[in-house]
Amino acid sequence: MKTKILAAMGTAVAIALGASAAVAGPTLTAVKQKGFVQCGVNPGLPGFSNPDSQGNWQGLDVDFCRAVGAAIFGDAKAVRFTPLSAQQRFTALQSGEIDILSRNTTWSLTRDTSLGLNFAPTTFYDGQGFMVPKSLGVSHATELNGATVCVQSGTTTELNLADYFRSKGMTFQPVVIESFDEVNAAFFAGRCDVYTTDASGMASIRSTLAPNPDDYIILPELISKEPLGPAVRHGDDEFFDIVKWVIYATMEAEERGITSANVDEQTKSQDPNVQRLLGTTPGMGQALGLNEKWAYNIIKTVGNYGEIFDRNVGVKTPLKLERGLNGLWTNGGLMYAPPVR
Amino acid sequence: MAISRNLGNPAPQAPRRSLINDPNARAVFFQILVLGGVALLGWYLVTNVLENLARQNIATGFSFLDREASFAIGESLIAYSPANSYSHALLVGFLNTIKVAVLGIVLATILGTIIGIARLSSNFLVAKLASAFVEIVRNIPVLLQLFFWYAVIGESLPNPRQALNPIPGVFLSNRGMKIPALADDPIWIWVGLSILVAIVGVWFLARWARKRQEATGQQFPIVLASIGVLIAVPLLTWLAGGAPTALDVPELQGFNFRGGSNMSPEFAALLVGLTVYTSSFIAEIVRSGIRAVNWGQTEAASALGLHRGTILRLVVLPQALRIIVPPTTSQYLNLTKNSSLAVAIGYPDLVSVANTTLNQTGQAIEAVAIMMTVYLTISLGISLFMNWYNKHIALVER
Repeated sequence: MKTKILAAMGTAVAIALGASAAVAGPTLTAVKQKGFVQCGVNPGLPGFSNPDSQGNWQGLDVDFCRAVGAAIFGDAKAVRFTPLSAQQRFTALQSGEIDILSRNTTWSLTRDTSLGLNFAPTTFYDGQGFMVPKSLGVSHATELNGATVCVQSGTTTELNLADYFRSKGMTFQPVVIESFDEVNAAFFAGRCDVYTTDASGMASIRSTLAPNPDDYIILPELISKEPLGPAVRHGDDEFFDIVKWVIYATMEAEERGITSANVDEQTKSQDPNVQRLLGTTPGMGQALGLNEKWAYNIIKTVGNYGEIFDRNVGVKTPLKLERGLNGLWTNGGLMYAPPVR
Repeated sequence: MAISRNLGNPAPQAPRRSLINDPNARAVFFQILVLGGVALLGWYLVTNVLENLARQNIATGFSFLDREASFAIGESLIAYSPANSYSHALLVGFLNTIKVAVLGIVLATILGTIIGIARLSSNFLVAKLASAFVEIVRNIPVLLQLFFWYAVIGESLPNPRQALNPIPGVFLSNRGMKIPALADDPIWIWVGLSILVAIVGVWFLARWARKRQEATGQQFPIVLASIGVLIAVPLLTWLAGGAPTALDVPELQGFNFRGGSNMSPEFAALLVGLTVYTSSFIAEIVRSGIRAVNWGQTEAASALGLHRGTILRLVVLPQALRIIVPPTTSQYLNLTKNSSLAVAIGYPDLVSVANTTLNQTGQAIEAVAIMMTVYLTISLGISLFMNWYNKHIALVER
């Protein structure tokens, strides 16, 4: 779309003119000067980042931005959000327009290297799946030979889709549409047999956008690994460390049973692990270049990982997602924080 | 000044002026200054980009074009698979852009001319309908019209299993229009070539007929003769090749129709949207061009006893075209550039493919540069052709 080209050109010009934020010194100094963290998010993905009826951003990706704000400023509101399209997101981060990209972005080798990004720990383990109308009578992805597939452009989804059909020796007809709304409309109008996107997103699309959610099924196969997490600019290790440990702190807090409700009592805990995390025993905050209360502030204002998950995408939300891979390692999931010491 | 002195022919009255007061020298000086400023700014931008990219560890250059694209493209004029390179994928997108632009230009010109003439019609209903069409269509943004046509096509047609079958072998569904294609046979290439030969032949025939008429006054039935040549040459080639009649008829297999050739809903929506939108502007240009030819010309021609059709063809149109062609060129350029809106409705044009490339490789500057270069080249090509045509039909002053 023309606007996209303009945006890309705009960011190109921004890079061209920019004695960008990274030049001015480490991101943390710049952020502290501004008084807020500038965070790039998805313009609308229920459960991950979506403005509510009052215009407040809500979602898992959004909450991790808030956690960074809480860690640096002690205030989860010290964050400003920039909604970004899939195409705009990397240039926005590279050019210094945003400090963190928390926009259901898949961690991959080329993005980590040639795009000049650093990926913080994964906050949501996802995988790409397929949704089909029940009337099609398909129950497995291997039966999709010759199907027409709706897919949104500008994502790893396009690649995984082509890879999957190539590996199975099957053919398909892609319908690649840039706008999220248009691709949904095309699928529900019957333009395609199959809709493919990240499984988490698919659940929310089916529950909120399908004319009748029961007419559609999500096939059991996941065809890719999609570790989604925040990314920061390559080359600023101080800020990268902060974002990493903000995420680990929420996992560590869940593992130690610290929640936003009991965090005040927990400051009196005799457990040295809890004391170090909450700053009762000082040292950790200083090592990160932050206030000793950094983790306390995160847990108090945003919550631990489990609270963030349950509030935004858990079984009590319209997305109805089980913890699964996103559970703590102690419960058979993949969420594992290195020791805070 | 130096030149005029060397020629020994100075203007005797002109007082010698210092360089500072010489308007020519000043003009040159300021032009060099501006040019130098622009060059400096460009150099600063380029080096700054390269420095920033290198510092942030971001890959640059066009080497990504040789890497495997790994993504699929919905429709293509040439063979393509995800195992091909990015440059091949971009070529597919480029050809898709050209396909819709060329067809759009031809159809918009035909539709625009008809509507432009209809607006001049003495029939009240025809004239008012044509005005209504123009006023509605040209005042709605083209992107909205594309969404409209895409929705109309997508929502109004049934799914493939309930496809409409208006003529045997033709299937209409929300996957597009499937028509029987000619089964693969080497003869079709020769038939295609013979059509080209016939077109060239007709061109020479027309030239010869015109020359003869200018020299002797004798007319040659050029229209009938041309039609005859255009039909006979390919037909003879086809007969010589054994007259194959095998058809590749589309069949419902699994999810979709297999075989035959397909016009996708995305392509149809884009083509209809661009054609309709641009034709409303062309209609106005055609109408103004015809109105600009003095009525006296028509009267004079009828006084000479020419038919109405002959008057239009020989007197009015040649004069109107001089007015019509330059603004029509702009409309052709607009149509070509508007085809980049294809990305909104999922037609894999150059912008769509380049966007995917951009996103997968992250090389925004290179991808945008490729898009800009390609559109610039297409647009300049159209301009050059239309300028040549404009010169060709311009009033020859004797």
